Amino acid sequence: MAKMTDVSDANFDREVLEPGGAVLVDFWAAWCVPCRALAPVLEKIADEYRDRLTVVKFNVDENKDVPARFGIRGLPTLMLFKDGKALETLSGSQSREAILKALEKHL
Amino acid sequence: MSDAYDLIIVGAGPAGLAAALYAGRGMLKTLVLEKGIPGGQILLTDWIENYPGFPEGAAPFDLMERFRKHAEKFGAEFMTDEAKALREDKPWWVVDTEEGALKAKAVILATGAAYRRLGLPGEGRLTGKGVSFCATCDGAFFRDKPIAVVGGGDNALTEAQFLTKFASKLTLIHRRDQFRAIKILQDRVLKNPKIEVLWDTVVEEIRGQDKLEGLTVKNVKTGALSPLEVEGLFVSIGMIPASGLVKDIAALNGWGEVKVDQKMAASRPGLFACGDVCDACPKQVATAAGTGVAAALAVNDYLEGWGELRRVV
Repeated sequence: MAKMTDVSDANFDREVLEPGGAVLVDFWAAWCVPCRALAPVLEKIADEYRDRLTVVKFNVDENKDVPARFGIRGLPTLMLFKDGKALETLSGSQSREAILKALEKHL
Repeated sequence: MSDAYDLIIVGAGPAGLAAALYAGRGMLKTLVLEKGIPGGQILLTDWIENYPGFPEGAAPFDLMERFRKHAEKFGAEFMTDEAKALREDKPWWVVDTEEGALKAKAVILATGAAYRRLGLPGEGRLTGKGVSFCATCDGAFFRDKPIAVVGGGDNALTEAQFLTKFASKLTLIHRRDQFRAIKILQDRVLKNPKIEVLWDTVVEEIRGQDKLEGLTVKNVKTGALSPLEVEGLFVSIGMIPASGLVKDIAALNGWGEVKVDQKMAASRPGLFACGDVCDACPKQVATAAGTGVAAALAVNDYLEGWGELRRVV
């Protein structure tokens, strides 16, 4: 299984916006049980799509700036960035299929 | 088809997992199909305080992990996939999934229920941007901010009480002049100084483009409209049974619940239902588990009719 990197306020731009490729950010927190539920689904996607997609985790409890910048007020939230632009936002629990459907048109 | 089972259980909430435990222990070759992760709706609750045998309460995730492990211990298999269609290919039931077709002699539908939405413009767009269906997930985004909760049942009052940990002020919006929730929850809410109840009131409008900016609420007795400035809206107005898979093949009641008899059998031989998706479950974790057990026992009886075919898959 692919290990998902943790990204923070400090390195978000460098890790997500600047590389240019497709990056899926999983905004989560320890108290969000559906986030824990989503984690194995994302790990599998990270593994299967590793040639086309980087999946990173972002802890909203420890980092407030980036969530505020994107107006995130719900967990879990998944955001897909490509070439530094936010292309998709999925809020709330998602099935694997819903995630893939949102991703595949951009990959 | 190589993927043949005695029993396929669709859904791994408390009902499906309890059924899986009993089916596995009954030596049925059992597959549990779950599109997300095992646990179901209760994973969205912060704490369970009414599951028998847990006087100190239980964390939903931990309790459901124990359910899953218990089912696995007795041999139930798990697959993460979504049931797309359910059809009969006599004498088998066939479940179509993303990965292919699976067949079984019996199917237990334990798909639970999904949130009911208000159905107002902006509700979908602002979900995750102020509108929420999960207090434990999103409550912390509203620290020291005004929040509203819509609903009057057990879940709404539990969420309202929980959210006062964060809210500067909490407005509970309810369309009738009394709550449907049990008394102990009503008492807690009515005694909570942070909670104001708007009786006989419905949400008329959700305002905001990129984030929730406020609501317009309407008093259903007087028709009076008034603004309500909140940054968070938690919708807790009940659930819709997830019975889509069988809507054309089994009898449903007026609520969309699968009709079952005393043995949890639906209107077609070999098809059973339990938990929140059926019409015999009072929407509790313990009753979901109980109906799951009953369904597995009924499947066991049903498969006696398969005679020699039984367990030879």
